[in-house]
Amino acid sequence: MSEDSLINIKINSKEIQVDKNLTVMQACEIAGEEIPRFCYHDKLSIAGNCRMCLVEIEKAPKLVSSCTMPLMDGMSIITNSEKVKAGRKGVMEFLLINHPLDCPICDQGGECDLQDQAMYYGFDKSRYHENKRAVDNKNMGPLVNTIMTRCIHCTRCVRFATEVAGVPEIGMLGRGENAEITTYLEQSITSELSGNVIDLCPVGALTSKPYQFKARPWELKRTDSIDIFDAIGSNIRIDSRAQEILRVTPRANDLINEEWITDKVRFNYDGYYQQRIDQPYIRKNGKLEPVSWPDAIKSLKQKLKQSKPLSVIGDQVDIETGYAVKKFMKNFGENNVECRTDNQAIIHNNIESIRFNTPLTEIENADLIILGGTNPRIEAPIINHKIFKAYNNFAEIFNIGENLDLNYPTHQIGNDLSNLNSEDLQKALKKSKNPLMIIGSGFLSNIQDVKTLKALFEFSYKYKIITEEKNNLNFLTPHASRIGNLLLGNTTNIDCQPLSSINKKDFDIILSFGSEVIANSDFENLFKVYFGHHGDEGALKADIILPTPLYTEKYGTFVNIEGRPQEAKKCHNPIGQAKEEWAILKELSNQLSLPFEIESFEDLRENLSKNYPELLLWNNIISIQKSEISSNNYQIENCKPIYPISNFYMADVISKNSITMAKCVEEILSKPLLEKSA
Amino acid sequence: MSGNHPGLSNNFIRSGEKFEWSKENLNEIKKIISKYPKERKQSAVMPLLYLAQEQNKNWVSIECIETIAETLQMPKIRVTEVASFYSMYNSQPVGKNLIQVCRTSPCWLRGSDKITDTICKETKCGINETSEDNLFTVVEVECLGACSNGPMIQINNDFYEDLDQESTKKIIENIKNNIPNKIGSQKGRKSSENA
Repeated sequence: MSEDSLINIKINSKEIQVDKNLTVMQACEIAGEEIPRFCYHDKLSIAGNCRMCLVEIEKAPKLVSSCTMPLMDGMSIITNSEKVKAGRKGVMEFLLINHPLDCPICDQGGECDLQDQAMYYGFDKSRYHENKRAVDNKNMGPLVNTIMTRCIHCTRCVRFATEVAGVPEIGMLGRGENAEITTYLEQSITSELSGNVIDLCPVGALTSKPYQFKARPWELKRTDSIDIFDAIGSNIRIDSRAQEILRVTPRANDLINEEWITDKVRFNYDGYYQQRIDQPYIRKNGKLEPVSWPDAIKSLKQKLKQSKPLSVIGDQVDIETGYAVKKFMKNFGENNVECRTDNQAIIHNNIESIRFNTPLTEIENADLIILGGTNPRIEAPIINHKIFKAYNNFAEIFNIGENLDLNYPTHQIGNDLSNLNSEDLQKALKKSKNPLMIIGSGFLSNIQDVKTLKALFEFSYKYKIITEEKNNLNFLTPHASRIGNLLLGNTTNIDCQPLSSINKKDFDIILSFGSEVIANSDFENLFKVYFGHHGDEGALKADIILPTPLYTEKYGTFVNIEGRPQEAKKCHNPIGQAKEEWAILKELSNQLSLPFEIESFEDLRENLSKNYPELLLWNNIISIQKSEISSNNYQIENCKPIYPISNFYMADVISKNSITMAKCVEEILSKPLLEKSA
Repeated sequence: MSGNHPGLSNNFIRSGEKFEWSKENLNEIKKIISKYPKERKQSAVMPLLYLAQEQNKNWVSIECIETIAETLQMPKIRVTEVASFYSMYNSQPVGKNLIQVCRTSPCWLRGSDKITDTICKETKCGINETSEDNLFTVVEVECLGACSNGPMIQINNDFYEDLDQESTKKIIENIKNNIPNKIGSQKGRKSSENA
């Protein structure tokens, strides 16, 4: 901040120096004065329609709404005078005139801005004896419950839908006393981020449908965790009571998810308890039969003796488990663990070829964005929001791949990776000052030759996507476990098409840690062991099933696409007889008399941090070695995209078993299609 | 609940018929849009709503809204917001003659209630209703800006001022019998000269 951007102001006769570009409200916050507000929100545009943030400014004839008022040199602001207090009381009284007195049955009760602020700034009783207004409830889809009589018209939801979610579907119809918030023709909101309006709503007008009448906030235990349904690593807070998770809300983290999370992680928690594998099973005469743990371990031990196992690691596996698997599999030889179950291509020993190299906060500063084989809207809605921000900053967006329905227009340039060489794109790239490229697993899982990957780097150097200061060539995987397990080296030394290229004849038994690929016909002749928590395709085909806990039932670390390890904490005990993977592997090692060296979870973490010290330094991005510049004139070969996710609401075993997600598919994905065809 | 604002409700409905701009209106739209900067096409939403209403038998259907949104490349909900904010865009089909009775204080003091009663009786429809023969729709409105000539009504685009029960009755009769009415003051004064 340069000297001349600072101005002197007085707040409650205390002199402070602040940036002149701030508003009065922001200056008051810096000075430590709390200003009540309803419509103002950090991440949204300023509306100034709730009038709750009134302050007195010397020489101004009337009270001024502080959220909309720019600062001026020498301004003297008063926030605690009798006039201000009376003003707030007046505004509060007007807001409550048409607000129903239904706090006892309102889901927002206990965490309601209106309730709290009425307590601090309002009257203690009502002087209003007329009839209150009532408003019909509106349909907003299967996730957001509406009780519109409670609405105070702050328009946060309207601004969120337009500015953040990028789906301008919510609006305020009518005016004055007749004003009502609604979606267009009461259709469901079609955003993947729609659940965030629940947090934004300062009153109980928009609440969570699945959480309706379930609990009061003060009864809930709060557990910090990480979103594992995409690879962004959004910070979440899990609220539970006893052995049941009742809701999931975001934790603010400006470096990653800001204040938003996707609808998938917010609402699929009912799937945590459906179709759970609660005890070990063994296939006998073609039928899966429940057995005891000792029996299961015994028969697995018999199988593992004198055999060559292959391990595959699923898409939602923490690195502690990944490390235990790596350690266990070492006893059976090299190159027998693979986490790239979608055939992702990588350049070995080059972290830059697997991760998202641009800091997530920098995406919005790009002036040209190339999307290659990725649909960020469903693979990483948070990233899509950031691209939308860039679009609003006048960035041009190019898309290589199928025509996608993103929330912003794109220039479509073909359906093949080699279309990168198209003239239109090159012309735009030459003009661009800060270009950015995102290659998704759509292409990565179909690249046949590592030279293509190297050619992408050369292309990026040529067009200044990678320079000395920055690396804007990004790789986007939708799987939360991928980066962490690749950093652990849980992969074979095949660059491209690893899973397809593995010679299945070399192995006779496959251990799947939460991966459904064992259901593929490729593995038909192998003896299949499934470590997992949900009975889906993988478990159905398995010969032995061992129950393991969900990410909410154990401590674990997940590395996000930037290479930032974060801890997901344990919320409650595992369901049924589920045992953590490392404990199962320890037991197996003991039985097989193989070295394992890990006696407890603390041991596991200590051992892990000894070998990979950075992976347990939570919240910091691991150090990245810059890759060398090659200039071999590699060619980008033809490659068509195979998109990893087609249905946002049903992309993994947990979501597939969630009733709420099923409703979303029915009411959001299927309905508009029907209407379009009609 | 209808609230305190007079006029038709905010509930826009579908007409069931496709709405397409007429040729004349397409030309008009071009002219209107050219008044605004290229990237601010949306500014033309209000004049376009008027055009659509004119073309669509004096009311704005959801089809009209969707056509306007498409023409101006803006979200449908934004057009709906504007259309619902102003009471002069009709959200439902109206009769051939939309009668707007001013009920704001000056007209009311001069007896607008009686005028309303007379109109309702003569046209056989209540406030916010359309007569069975589809000839009339009666709505109450706030000030139409002819206060010194109250009580007054507006029928489609014309003002009828200085009314009493007799003259009001006559106006309705004339419409029923297809006889042209005298526009403006019914007492014969020019604009708002001293009575």
